[in-house]
Amino acid sequence: MDHFARLGLPAALDLEAASLDRAYFALQRQWHPDRFVAKPPEERARASVEAAALNDAYRTLKDPLSRAVYLAGLKGVELPGDGKTIDDPDLLMEAMEAREELHEAPSGEAVDALAAKARDDMNKAMAGLGSLFLANDRPAIRKTLLRLRYLDKFAEEARARRMNLERSRA
Amino acid sequence: MTLLEIHEPGETPLPHAGEGSLAVGIDLGTTNSVVAIARESVPAALHDETGKALVPSVVAYPAAGGVLVGDAARQLAGTEPKSVVSSIKRLMGRGAADVHAVAGVLPYEIEPGTGQTDMVKLRIGGKARSPVEISAEILKALRQRAEEALEKPVERAVITVPAYFDDAARTATRDAARVAGLEVLRLVNEPTAAALAYGLDKGSEGLYAVYDLGGGTFDFSLLRLEKGVFQVLATGGDTALGGDDLDRAIAERMLAERKRDGLADQVDEAAVKAALALARHMKEQLSDRDQTSGRLEIAGTPSFHALTKSEFDAMADALVERTLGIARNVLADAGMTAAEVQGVVLVGGSTRVPLVRAKVAGMIGKPPLTDIDPDEVVALGAALQAEALTGGGDTLLLDVTPLSLGLETMGGIVEKIVPRNTPIPVQLAQDFTTYQDGQSAMAIHVVQGEREMVTDCRSLARFELLGIPPMTAGAARIRVTFAVDADGLLTVSAEERTTGIAQRIEVKPSYGLSHEDMADMLYDSMDNAEADMTLRLLTEARVEARRSLLALDAALAKDGALLSTEERAAIDQARAAVEAAMAGESRDEINAAAEALETLSKPFAERRMDRGIREALSGLSVGELENRVGE
Repeated sequence: MDHFARLGLPAALDLEAASLDRAYFALQRQWHPDRFVAKPPEERARASVEAAALNDAYRTLKDPLSRAVYLAGLKGVELPGDGKTIDDPDLLMEAMEAREELHEAPSGEAVDALAAKARDDMNKAMAGLGSLFLANDRPAIRKTLLRLRYLDKFAEEARARRMNLERSRA
Repeated sequence: MTLLEIHEPGETPLPHAGEGSLAVGIDLGTTNSVVAIARESVPAALHDETGKALVPSVVAYPAAGGVLVGDAARQLAGTEPKSVVSSIKRLMGRGAADVHAVAGVLPYEIEPGTGQTDMVKLRIGGKARSPVEISAEILKALRQRAEEALEKPVERAVITVPAYFDDAARTATRDAARVAGLEVLRLVNEPTAAALAYGLDKGSEGLYAVYDLGGGTFDFSLLRLEKGVFQVLATGGDTALGGDDLDRAIAERMLAERKRDGLADQVDEAAVKAALALARHMKEQLSDRDQTSGRLEIAGTPSFHALTKSEFDAMADALVERTLGIARNVLADAGMTAAEVQGVVLVGGSTRVPLVRAKVAGMIGKPPLTDIDPDEVVALGAALQAEALTGGGDTLLLDVTPLSLGLETMGGIVEKIVPRNTPIPVQLAQDFTTYQDGQSAMAIHVVQGEREMVTDCRSLARFELLGIPPMTAGAARIRVTFAVDADGLLTVSAEERTTGIAQRIEVKPSYGLSHEDMADMLYDSMDNAEADMTLRLLTEARVEARRSLLALDAALAKDGALLSTEERAAIDQARAAVEAAMAGESRDEINAAAEALETLSKPFAERRMDRGIREALSGLSVGELENRVGE
């Protein structure tokens, strides 16, 4: 059973946070191990497996990027594992330049500006994903998701850099 | 939020006789413990005959025999200090090696012969005793208090633990309960229990924070409340932070004042104890007045000390700022802002300090919730959960993992399998593969922590998956599964998917991560996030380059004849360049050299592929060939 089906939701890119929560809470009410404290061991084990699967589904679908990657996987778009070399030359170039800029950013404000730009780029790329999924354009979906994953990582690197700058100033 | 009513002792509405055994909530604290019971969603702490709910977490084994717990045990500290143990919670699930580090601070005598990997034993009252046995005495006393107050047998309990308690400490707590004759229905994290106590009013929905500042530890948790659901979103903390630091600051100031006034003190243990006791008293006084003073006597020489609230606030400011920094990080982890928090619950005696209240209010932009006694709130929440678990309520508690769990991969890099703040129970798997041709075993090293390199994380367990059949590098599919149950306990298993060879291990470290270690590890990860990331990327580049060199060497050994002497020389040169770059510290240079080598060896790879196809097709008849094509 895929994560969407497990939560009784349509397999779609756009998912309202509130309806995801509602579905998740309702099923956890049914399956959480706390409901099975007084039950026989085999029922407890079953509940634990169900609750774990629900948590995995919820965690995967809650974040828009991980949801998009998961949905793409269901549609046959395979992404290389996390941390592998980027195999898209355009993206590689973009990543190397951005990293250099981040490294040379002189102030917290400059880092913030780079992070804001990354977030902005992410929002734009996310917005464009919908029509790519509609058209089932697998190569374009793959390219966009790789870029989104890179941007997400870059934003995290910027956060770390920011914290370091603050610390060294303090 | 409605105000909770807590009845006078003796007037507490008690359950009626004739029902089975009862389930209580227990806050097994470092300094004090509390037992409480909930009836129809109304929790109440159980008091002794003098109306006190707090039981000091002190155990004594007097020379005359027997065991004393609480105030009676504490009173023995003057006459028989060697028979009295306090703060035993700090040693739960810890090994002898951990304890030597605190032995100078705590008056413990470690049982000689305790191995490095065993749980520590202490020599008290002439006998070796483990923290589990000692904690069990506290739990027995609480159980007895409950049975006397309720006039019913008490056999089941929900016990609270710090959010940062690791596997070993949680197991030790469960074991202590078993020794005390209590079945643990569930271990619940302390901040979560505090939120439960405040969450009675089903009308309250939204994002709530729990700010828990105790004597020596700080925890901050974010929870979402929705129609009886308590969902922990993120949690964080620091155990080297607490109200005791403020006592120390005041005590140091007084000792400095004596020195300035020309008093030549021998600052021994008794002097420090006296200064700390006075400091604590002055700190408490400043909770509801603007200035205070005290008389300190060391070796018969008295001195007088004054302290104003603003002077004290200046001392406390840095500590409170640090707690707010942690709180901001937890908010960032959950992707939330302070403005979204609807209320903040204060837990722990140190939240009585007015500066703490003011600064927390300033950050969240709302006055903190302080209706419930911060010393009892955790036990009250545990009591509510005990009632819910035994069929009473329909509250649902969704908790998370406090620290990331992962595996060591090539180059000593940590691959996180279960990130921190993942909802539990959870089962997550990841596939790994072999690194070298013919590799027949794989070492599985389970670690806990936030850093990128194994050496900076805590090692939980090691095992080996043996009997992998000979395959080319990268062909095996080894699935490693991490399962964390609702109590936060981990099981790891590994399986080779192409053959089904499986191995399973329950991760039960004989001694665990100390509370302090966990906080340090979190703190470290923030401090070193950037350096870690750089090192991780560099190591990844090296591992990746090494992998492609191994593959190239294997191909050259097999099909080297496909290359001309010049081609071979060029490849060897590019190969040497990769080796040289790998010895350096620049990941860009490694990647560039590896890419150059790959471009250069592309024709070679193509030729090998062509030959492979030719070999596969050679000797086939045209008919067979057509069949193949048609397949």
